[in-house]
Amino acid sequence: MRRRLTYLTLLAVAFFSVFPLYYSVVVASRHNSALAEVPPPLLPGGNFFANVARVFDTVPFAMALLNSFLVAGSIAVAVMFFSTLAGFAFAKLSFRGKNILLLVTVATMMVPAQLGIIPLYMLMVKIEWTGSMYALVVPALVNAFGVFFMTQYLSRALPTELLEAGRVDGATTWRLFWHVVLPTARPAAAVLGMLTFMSAWNDYFWPLVVLTPENPTVQVALSTLASGYVNDYVLGLSGTAVGTLPLILVFIVLGKQIIGGIMQGAVKG
Amino acid sequence: MATLQATARRGHRRLVRHTLDLKLSPYAYIAPFFLLFCAFGVFPLIFTAWVSLHEWTLTSDVHTFVGADNFTTLLGDGYFWNATFNTFSIGIISTVPQLVLAIWLAHLLNRPLRAQTFFRITLLVPNVTSVVAVVVIFSQLFGRDYGLINWMLSWFGIDGVAWAEGTATSHVAISAMIMWRWTGYNALIFLAAMQAVPKELYEAATLDGASNLTQLRKITIPMIRPTIVFVVTVSTIGAMQILAEPLLFGAGSGAGGITSGGPDHQFQTLALYVYDLGFNKFDFGYASAASWVMFLFVVLAAGVNYLLTRRMGGAFK
Repeated sequence: MRRRLTYLTLLAVAFFSVFPLYYSVVVASRHNSALAEVPPPLLPGGNFFANVARVFDTVPFAMALLNSFLVAGSIAVAVMFFSTLAGFAFAKLSFRGKNILLLVTVATMMVPAQLGIIPLYMLMVKIEWTGSMYALVVPALVNAFGVFFMTQYLSRALPTELLEAGRVDGATTWRLFWHVVLPTARPAAAVLGMLTFMSAWNDYFWPLVVLTPENPTVQVALSTLASGYVNDYVLGLSGTAVGTLPLILVFIVLGKQIIGGIMQGAVKG
Repeated sequence: MATLQATARRGHRRLVRHTLDLKLSPYAYIAPFFLLFCAFGVFPLIFTAWVSLHEWTLTSDVHTFVGADNFTTLLGDGYFWNATFNTFSIGIISTVPQLVLAIWLAHLLNRPLRAQTFFRITLLVPNVTSVVAVVVIFSQLFGRDYGLINWMLSWFGIDGVAWAEGTATSHVAISAMIMWRWTGYNALIFLAAMQAVPKELYEAATLDGASNLTQLRKITIPMIRPTIVFVVTVSTIGAMQILAEPLLFGAGSGAGGITSGGPDHQFQTLALYVYDLGFNKFDFGYASAASWVMFLFVVLAAGVNYLLTRRMGGAFK
């Protein structure tokens, strides 16, 4: 009996988790007039592709998708590489000031990003990066969470004996990194890469500040749709569906690994 | 003889190179992070403090030093205090039920169940959804005339709630968006911590006839206290910085100016106010002062919550 209640509760939560997304697809696949229907429609209509075409006509959405892919992709690759590099140093190499530097790294995860937005923007104006993807990519190439995540993983997963054996054979630190550390780090780095890709794809505030509506990422294009066409919910939700579904699909395919990564990071954090 | 010397020299050089490699390469490996952190993290932070002491706008190249003027103006700024109130109000309404719900959900998931992976994935779907998508979707759900939520409320005889227009109702709507996006994520973090609790504790408690709820209160919560403290601290910091939700809610609901947080500023948060000052009015000096005070509030709120949760966890023991 209590078991059944548990399942019912969890199913209800699963329903509430997915329903708003589903409903957005329902609205996105209908005509604007459907919004005034009582009761509201609960099944998808046949207007989805026409609405999506309207999205592409209204904002530079193809460019936004391309920008988002390039930005999120390059950030993810860079974070994977640099975090593994730093994680290797923190986990397995000994150097002066290591503990305090690791502590600083962890502490920076707590500083609110928004505090620095105004001078960061002024800096971008100065070096003429406003409106360009450099402004999104360069500051995000590596972050404290990634370094911490890889440090935790490598200190457990990388056998010190393997490194020592390599040293005896005369390998430099760099060769060890390339031939021993990178292969070992692959599973965790993949999870880190996916998490980074998703958060870069969904990043909103900084792109909104530093980009122009003519050269947007997906989120900036969506916010243009949401704020410029106040009464056209169908347009806004169609854009939302196109901008969100790719990520949701990736997540459904790789969700198990991603969740494993989050939970792994959580225990240690 | 000469070749022997050459070999020795080569050996010496190799030793030097080896020592240099051992001593220096770790610094080279962590350098990318620290260089970027200094350029795009520390420098802006310090520069904000400098700007806050000036009259500094985008339209003028002259930056007059005004000392603490921006800060004293802030103290008498009604909009600033309104934003402070809204931030705390939305923060409390969204965080407290969210964390209780997350612990309870994690507790439900922390037993042998079928379809564990399915439940975990659905829990995390809202978190994968971008905040823009969340607000667009929820603005529609919370629409006054044709929104799904008002339609459901009409079954109970409640008609036409104008969610975006009232202070309390807009805070509830915005909190619902935040809760939807973050409850599952926090539940998974709690679940991870719960799985590290030794099973024997529960077995012993069950033998003693302790109920499920008692086990949650007396075993689980005290055992995962570090994680609770961590999640509460992170959530507090997040709640103090809410920006996208009120910004887009103001746009999507058609309730007046986008950065004003509704016509009466009824849901303008601190972060939104700073954004309004900086990127709408281009008053960087005043905006910098406001963001430093906001930072102070964040640290204060996080610190108080940190101490409170540490205490509270202790009371369960």
